[in-house]
Amino acid sequence: MSDTATAGAPAISAAPKPPSNSLFAHARHVVSENPVTGLAFVLFGIIVLCAVFGPYVVPHDPLASKTTAALQPPSLEHWFGTDQLGRDIFSRVVVATRLDLFIAVTSVALVFVAGGFAGIAAGYFGGWTDRLVSRLADTIMAFPLFVLAMGIVAALGNTVTNIVIATAIINFPLYVRVARAEANVRREAGFVLAARLSGNGDFRILLGHILPNIMPIMMVQVSLTMGYAILNAAGLSFIGLGVKPPTPEWGIMVAEGAANIISGEWWIAFFPGAALMIAVFCFNLLGDGLRDIVDPQRRT
Amino acid sequence: MAGVPLLDVRDLTVEFQTRRGTVTAVRNVDISVAKGETVAIVGESGSGKSVTSYAVMRILDRAGRIAEGSVTFGGIDIRHADEDDMRNLRGREISMIFQNPRAALNPIRKVGRQIEDVLLEHVKATPSEVTDKAVEILDQVKIARPRERYHAYPFELSGGMCQRVVIALALACRPQLLIADEPTTGLDVTTQKTVMDLIVELTRERGMSTILITHDLGLAATYCDRVMVMEKGNVVESATARAVFTEPSHPYTRKLMRATPRPGVSLRDLLPEDASGAASAVTKLPVAAGERKPLLTVEKLVKEYPRKGLEGIGGTVKKLLRRGPVPEPDTFRAVDGISFEIDRGESVGLVGESGCGKSTTSTMIMRLIDKTEGTILFDGEDIGEIPAKAFARLPLRKRIQMVFQDPTDSLNPRFTAARAIADPILRLGDIKGGAAVRARCEELARQVGLPLDLLDRFPHQLSGGQKARVGIARAIALKPDLVILDEPTAALDVSVQAVVLNLLQDLKETLGMSYLFVSHDLNVVRLLCDRVIVMCAGKIVEEGPTERVMSAPEAQYTRDLLAAIPQPKFGRSESESPRRAATS
Repeated sequence: MSDTATAGAPAISAAPKPPSNSLFAHARHVVSENPVTGLAFVLFGIIVLCAVFGPYVVPHDPLASKTTAALQPPSLEHWFGTDQLGRDIFSRVVVATRLDLFIAVTSVALVFVAGGFAGIAAGYFGGWTDRLVSRLADTIMAFPLFVLAMGIVAALGNTVTNIVIATAIINFPLYVRVARAEANVRREAGFVLAARLSGNGDFRILLGHILPNIMPIMMVQVSLTMGYAILNAAGLSFIGLGVKPPTPEWGIMVAEGAANIISGEWWIAFFPGAALMIAVFCFNLLGDGLRDIVDPQRRT
Repeated sequence: MAGVPLLDVRDLTVEFQTRRGTVTAVRNVDISVAKGETVAIVGESGSGKSVTSYAVMRILDRAGRIAEGSVTFGGIDIRHADEDDMRNLRGREISMIFQNPRAALNPIRKVGRQIEDVLLEHVKATPSEVTDKAVEILDQVKIARPRERYHAYPFELSGGMCQRVVIALALACRPQLLIADEPTTGLDVTTQKTVMDLIVELTRERGMSTILITHDLGLAATYCDRVMVMEKGNVVESATARAVFTEPSHPYTRKLMRATPRPGVSLRDLLPEDASGAASAVTKLPVAAGERKPLLTVEKLVKEYPRKGLEGIGGTVKKLLRRGPVPEPDTFRAVDGISFEIDRGESVGLVGESGCGKSTTSTMIMRLIDKTEGTILFDGEDIGEIPAKAFARLPLRKRIQMVFQDPTDSLNPRFTAARAIADPILRLGDIKGGAAVRARCEELARQVGLPLDLLDRFPHQLSGGQKARVGIARAIALKPDLVILDEPTAALDVSVQAVVLNLLQDLKETLGMSYLFVSHDLNVVRLLCDRVIVMCAGKIVEEGPTERVMSAPEAQYTRDLLAAIPQPKFGRSESESPRRAATS
């Protein structure tokens, strides 16, 4: 056969391009078009660096109290000042990154696996699977989510593991709904039928064919809920239901400093609060940027 | 009809700003449409025919702009008119019919109300009389019982009915120019005929001008006075319908004409002149004479679907609450007791319009859904008894494969071409090891004429024809005995269709497969099939050798189907075209 098939194709798309670096090039284009996304990636890099190397590079021991130097305002010695016990707030804020990020990442990973899989199973199989999963998600949604998280931690006990579990549970409906809707529209797609003809079982179709297709939208979801997870963990610690003092954690630090704001020592609550805000802000921006990068409509 | 044309497009160039620079979609196009004239713009996908019409309406999207030229409509300079004037012009003076009628209608408003909206918007009726006017317009587009249908929602109407409502909307304000963008693509051939007849009749009696945008040269020549052929943004030929059809002057028009399936030509004739000679050099497998055992026997096959109601939780609760025996659920027979056979190495066409049960039949034979009654014997084995879920794992799965209708939809967007072709080999094949599988993929790619360097591309980096080849390579990867072709060329341009049909024929001859070709297009089926089965409302209405069914159909339904295919008559006999005959 001569290759006449290409002759009728639109002329515009005929130009060959190396497929390997196209995502990278596209990401660069999105960043150049929207510098805020670039900023979000830079912030994300800083947060990760703090989480990994923070404890080794901070100038002071985050737990060492020095009562002689209590409640000092920001200075060259203590960049963010010191708290009631004379601990260096800068060191505590940096070191706390690891714990907060750890809680967020593990809880989001947990809910990504559980919620994502339950969701695509519900969307793909329909019927009783769908009813069971959807009603479970509806039940969770019926509670004010933060109150539900409080309840779970209060009932299970005040540990990091339980904060992770509680955060994962309250994010479950979001993942179920996204995964279910995306899997549902692909259930009848030609490539799924074709996969069945090729001898793929249901399980393999779910994981090998449908999951890779809904991965981009799930990654956006991950980024968006990551910020929420951090906020949730900090919130639980703030009201005393999360990480126990003296562990450095943004939520506790804000709680500890809250009482001192009136007396003028604003820096105790301000710096951990700002760190919290920047982290959440960064993940939300990252989500928007990721959406631009993975959205095929934007690729023209 | 001399004097100033109603629409005068001169030297129109439309450009799109994309990331890779400026793309010229339409280049130096001249169109003039006189009052009462019907002009067709014909071209394949990407030829710029739709963009031209969008430029005339000035509804190009953000990235597109008219770079050069002028568009004059009834003395108004459209290119420089302000947006208020344009809004007035659209709908009242120029209106448009889109390809997908369901998408063009608001799904949650009654169709009558939607017509009223247009009338009120352009102050063509007062609120007191608007309902009567809307009903009158519905009556004009030949919708039976217009007063009842006024209250219908779009989802309650068939595709053809919806398109009539769209036509009613477009004609409600008695515009002077109607632009119909592929108005019948996706409709059945008999519906296409009624819709086109209706458009021509209504525009003619109102003295309106029409621009028909289509990929179907036959349709254009049947219904239009003049035909313009576009290729890659340029008008390559513009002449009267008769001239284009009988003596096309441009090579592209000739190629298009050649590639259009029509009576009296063979499969090889569809290819361009230079390629048709080379393609016939195919070694034929000797057909094993003597033993004549059918490969597939279908007997009294029935598929029933529950109508609606007793399903889901509500249904279960109702069943539990009900006292006494549960009544027989109301069912709908999609396939109603059909029987046929397919021999080894034979191609059988299964023809019918949408909803006739042909796809249900093929999916049952494919063992993707379970039958209600009847038997499906494949090579002597009753595969109908094996549940669809269990069938995926059996060795028999290898022997029945399928080529899907939409090559884009049937390829996983995240798999490369090679991975897609390898999928059945990995799951069911005997070949083990990455290198061996890759070698088999390359062999298959050579067989279907897919360049090897395309194997590592993703579907969105391939053209429609290339995607079709990947789909075919995947279907034949396991050397099946029976391949079901579910409208494999419906989504392709005619020139690509010609190549793909020839490829399928070559593969059949070299590999000795049987085909069940499911299609709505008798002209395409005729090219590839030895025998044809015509289905209507779940039953077989006619069955026989293709040539006999095409030349001397016995069933009335088959005759209707054949008569509905647009066939400009001036090519072969000197009789008038149906439109002229109807109006003279």
